[in-house]
Amino acid sequence: MIKEFLLMDGFGLYVWSAFGFTLFNFVTLYIFTKIQYVKEKNKFIAKFGTLNSERAAFAKSQSINKEILSNISNI
Amino acid sequence: MFKYFEPNKIFSITSKAPKYVLLLFIIVLSIGLTEALILSPEDYKQSHSVRIMYVHVPAAWISLGIFSSITFLSLIGFIFKIRNFFLISKSLAPSGLVFNIVALVTGSIWGKPTWGTWWAWDARITSMLILAMFYIMYIIAWRIYDNNDKVFKATSVITILGIINVPIIKYSVDWWNTLHQPASINILSNSSIHISMLIPLLIMTAAFALFSLLIFLMKYNTELIKIKNKGLDRL
Repeated sequence: MIKEFLLMDGFGLYVWSAFGFTLFNFVTLYIFTKIQYVKEKNKFIAKFGTLNSERAAFAKSQSINKEILSNISNI
Repeated sequence: MFKYFEPNKIFSITSKAPKYVLLLFIIVLSIGLTEALILSPEDYKQSHSVRIMYVHVPAAWISLGIFSSITFLSLIGFIFKIRNFFLISKSLAPSGLVFNIVALVTGSIWGKPTWGTWWAWDARITSMLILAMFYIMYIIAWRIYDNNDKVFKATSVITILGIINVPIIKYSVDWWNTLHQPASINILSNSSIHISMLIPLLIMTAAFALFSLLIFLMKYNTELIKIKNKGLDRL
């Protein structure tokens, strides 16, 4: 039964390669996007760490900056 | 009204949403794959090769939908000078291109058992290939221009030229004699597709839409953090 399911009357190669290609693209795009996100976030955290207390306090007063720092573990 | 689209207002939502969208995507995709590969019937003519439709058609629909959205947002952004609309458009483009490529490649795979060829220069397939080129030009434009005004102008021009191709893709199967079959699903009139195939198709479309939303949110957050990084440099 499993063999029948995989072979699909001789169309298995076409069907599985189409689904496989789609899922491969999804996983690649997800990983690539996540790497970019983590890279930018780490850059932000590193830059924020180099600010003196006055500038850090000013930067933290902006809502997005506060969100970025509070959502470090997100995604 | 446009103040609601300010990055400051929406970042708190977009930064938290991806993990929930990812979870929902996995659930809907699992249901969709079960329906598409196991529960849905084979076609009386195409046999099991019809299952390729469940990835090919949603990918093509979403690719067209994303390009139309990018054009609309770029135009509104250009007219009303809303920078955030360009940022949203930029964040939508990668998933649009990937769906376009998936539609082309899965269409080619489907073409071999159905038409006996991997590729034909017919109107529908060629116009989809042209759309992929517009996506590539759009993404490249963001990479080559540093100046915001230049990139906003260039991307708006690319999307306006590209949107001309969208109705050509839609009606190519009616206007020309093509290898590609005419539309089986019509919102305004009766669809020729059976409900047992329509349901998995709609579930897979929902899964693909969720995936593009997930990638959009992650990319949008990345773009906002990039802007904030530049802001920290100026402090």
